[in-house]
Amino acid sequence: MANKKRNIFLFLLLAFVLVIMFFVSISLGSVTIPFKEVCTSLTGGHASKSTWEYIIINYRLPKAITAVLVGTGLSVSGLLMQTLFRNPLAGPYVLGLSSGASLGVAFVILGAGFLPSFLSEIALSSYGIVLASTVGSTLVLLLVLVVSQQLRDTMAILIVGLMFGSFTTAIVSVLTYFSTAEQLQKFTFWSMGNLGSLSWSTIFILTVCVGLGLTLSAGSIKPLNALLLGENYAKSMGLNFKRARLVIILATSILAGSITAFAGPIAFVGLAVPHIAKLTFQTSNHTILFWSTLFLGAIIMLFCDVVSQMPGFDVTLPINAITSIIGAPVVIWLLVQKRNFQ
Amino acid sequence: MKNILTTSNLTIGYKSKNNTVTIAENLNLNFASGKLISLIGANGIGKSTLLRTITGIQKPLAGHVFLKDKTITAYSPLDLAQNLSLVLTEKLPSSNLSVFELVALGRQPYTNWIGTLTSTDIQKVQEALELTQISHLAKKKHYEISDGQLQKVLIARALAQDTPLIILDEPTTHLDLLHKVSLFKLLKKLTHETNKCILFSTHDIDLAIQLSDEMIIMTPNLVVQDEPCNLISQGNFATLFKDEHIAFDAEKGKFVIT
Repeated sequence: MANKKRNIFLFLLLAFVLVIMFFVSISLGSVTIPFKEVCTSLTGGHASKSTWEYIIINYRLPKAITAVLVGTGLSVSGLLMQTLFRNPLAGPYVLGLSSGASLGVAFVILGAGFLPSFLSEIALSSYGIVLASTVGSTLVLLLVLVVSQQLRDTMAILIVGLMFGSFTTAIVSVLTYFSTAEQLQKFTFWSMGNLGSLSWSTIFILTVCVGLGLTLSAGSIKPLNALLLGENYAKSMGLNFKRARLVIILATSILAGSITAFAGPIAFVGLAVPHIAKLTFQTSNHTILFWSTLFLGAIIMLFCDVVSQMPGFDVTLPINAITSIIGAPVVIWLLVQKRNFQ
Repeated sequence: MKNILTTSNLTIGYKSKNNTVTIAENLNLNFASGKLISLIGANGIGKSTLLRTITGIQKPLAGHVFLKDKTITAYSPLDLAQNLSLVLTEKLPSSNLSVFELVALGRQPYTNWIGTLTSTDIQKVQEALELTQISHLAKKKHYEISDGQLQKVLIARALAQDTPLIILDEPTTHLDLLHKVSLFKLLKKLTHETNKCILFSTHDIDLAIQLSDEMIIMTPNLVVQDEPCNLISQGNFATLFKDEHIAFDAEKGKFVIT
């Protein structure tokens, strides 16, 4: 079929763009490094300046890999949520996972002052923050799972997630009211998102988490297609709905939870990318959507990363600001083009 | 004539915390292959509860529903999906599904873990499209077609599921007379060509009388199943609505306003 050829072409194009973006992301930064030297460092050779090699291997390469993991993970979890909740505005945020992570981090950063000094030092280390946000999002995950077993209505889970989000925001604002300027600054920096603070060992952990989440998502492709006709039709076509819903929520939680823990809350990627994939491929078939969301998520996250680098300037912009600046107009545009807003 | 689904001394209703509401008792219905059976009754009489019970969604208060030779509760979701397909009244969530893709979803009980369509699956889908005369719509998106066409697409999806029994919940609700008649004639044709049993609930009683092989009438006191002409001669239609302004004219086979 003509569609098939078009899809193959699009996938080749996406793969090509992904590779290009990956190299662009590594090549650009506040320090100008010639492209040839970048390639030498990446292939294991020695660049003519050892600082260049150090920057490439220990700073830019991990950051590019993080961008790919974050982009794919958040986008795929957004795709799962949108189909499960039959709501085009659903995303990883909607389940309240990011809020849970924020709450954990807020307690640690803003509440550290109340702890004895040796404890507060541990709490404020980067491990403390990762731990806090993991605990926060896991608690929300457990809450969501309990609620989803109790409630038959999927929409109710969505509302519970939203309520939890506002609850968290309120708690965080109460905490900020009692905290010092320094603490506030630290929390604000975390909430802006950061792709560049991961060491190789933490990248390994994140890769395992994202890999697990993506595997569960790939296993949910068929249930997701059945859910395109709604819960009742899906059940009548032999779907074990409760189990499928559990797997989908679990996959989302693992993806969004681990990513928020390591890279901070990153907005709009999970919401916007699945829509871009749906528009590009003009399909609802999740076999195609899964892979296209994967590729597009990685590409768009790398692109946002490149923009946040502000090549040629000394400053780096917060990644969360960039994803919002790019993502919000995309969502508005999609809303205006309502016909395609599936 | 083979019975596909039978109920034995079935009591339907629902339980809440404090009390049990019984809707109908001791139902002995049977659904045989090659028959078009309609289910009629006033609003709120419990048609949906009956459909939900015989499709295994809701548990009976007493008695059993047998699908082939097993009780319906003994079926796994997948086994059930290979024996019973549904056409529901609910609105489809918005999506980009094409007509072909939508009908192909009916093959889910037979496909592998990722839902790949084999050549058999594609052939079944095409047969379903041909039987419902919508092959020319295959490439259209499901939101681009009319309500009448969409109803045929949903029936094609149920056909593609390849089950001996298809149950439709008020399939003619939003259609005009022309499309109602053509849909009923389609159902009639399908039962006779494919030898399936098709059960549908409807409020279009005079059309159902003319086209159904058998009818099930639900009234507060009685649920009867028989051929339409027998039901007319026994005067069952007269008890359907308790209102002095509606009467059943047995000679014309339809309701008249008095």
